[in-house]
Amino acid sequence: MSSPDRTEHPLFAPLVLVGGLIFGFGLAYSQMARPEVVLDFLQFEDFGLVFVMFGAAIVTGIAFFLVPRIRDRAPMTGDAYERRLKSFDRNVLIGGSIFGVGWGLSGICPGAAYASLGIGNVTILWALVGMFAGAYLQGVWRSRSQDTDATAASAD
Amino acid sequence: MLADLSPLLSATDLAPLAIPTEPFPNGISRYAIGGLFVGLGAVLIYLGTGIIAGASTFLESTLSYVSDQSRFAKYRYDRDWRVVFTVGIVLGAAVYAVLWQGGAWMTDVQPWRLLLGGVLVGIGTRIGKGCTSGHGVCGVGSASKTSIVGVITFLAVAIVTAQVVAALGVSP
Repeated sequence: MSSPDRTEHPLFAPLVLVGGLIFGFGLAYSQMARPEVVLDFLQFEDFGLVFVMFGAAIVTGIAFFLVPRIRDRAPMTGDAYERRLKSFDRNVLIGGSIFGVGWGLSGICPGAAYASLGIGNVTILWALVGMFAGAYLQGVWRSRSQDTDATAASAD
Repeated sequence: MLADLSPLLSATDLAPLAIPTEPFPNGISRYAIGGLFVGLGAVLIYLGTGIIAGASTFLESTLSYVSDQSRFAKYRYDRDWRVVFTVGIVLGAAVYAVLWQGGAWMTDVQPWRLLLGGVLVGIGTRIGKGCTSGHGVCGVGSASKTSIVGVITFLAVAIVTAQVVAALGVSP
């Protein structure tokens, strides 16, 4: 978990904003902000999405491989450069399956939904309202089971 | 750059699981170039901060502004910059819309599909520890076995779901 003062570097917020700008531009340019294009992929009518996901993963993969070998810690936060490694348990399969049904039904995922708003698609607010409602539901449910469950060993 | 959406109108005529004669009817450059930008945006934030940003944690971190649930409270220190990241995503897409798209674009996918799908995406991404950007881009880029299993799971389920929905005649 992060410390409260970690984000106080004066360039932290501007860097995150510019990173988000490039990220969102890429989602729009790759047409992922259009649910129709994602549904075309899932229905095997246009396999372009493979190039988006793996194109992006290759770029991050190179950075996650090289940067920790050059420097130990990030200049703005002092955080160690690490890879994104999460523990595996059955939640990955359960959550992934629920996510898959939702993604296959709607053609939209969180990042693409924010970008979709940016390309003027106000109809996507239906999906955004749904995502917040879903995140809230699981949060209430898991907060309750966590609080009653004395075992504080949170998996993530 | 405006996508020609007319093939969508004939999509229901196709049998499910039919292999298309042309796997990339819109070429690959828009997908590959867009994907490179997505990766570069994540890498820029990583270089400066060491943070590996996914898109879906924003949902829970933002809920911590209005809810005291313990699940959301743990994201309190992260919630401000995640709002900045998401505002960046919206603005970056808006730059594309102004410069390439020539104005607003609206989906024809029915609201009930977006709403119900959104609820399931919101539940699933938080239980499953990541979404298409967290698992799909950053996790796969980290060669994380958890993320690779996660991606295979949600891709397979999404493909089956979309094929079944299309076979039931739901369009768009």
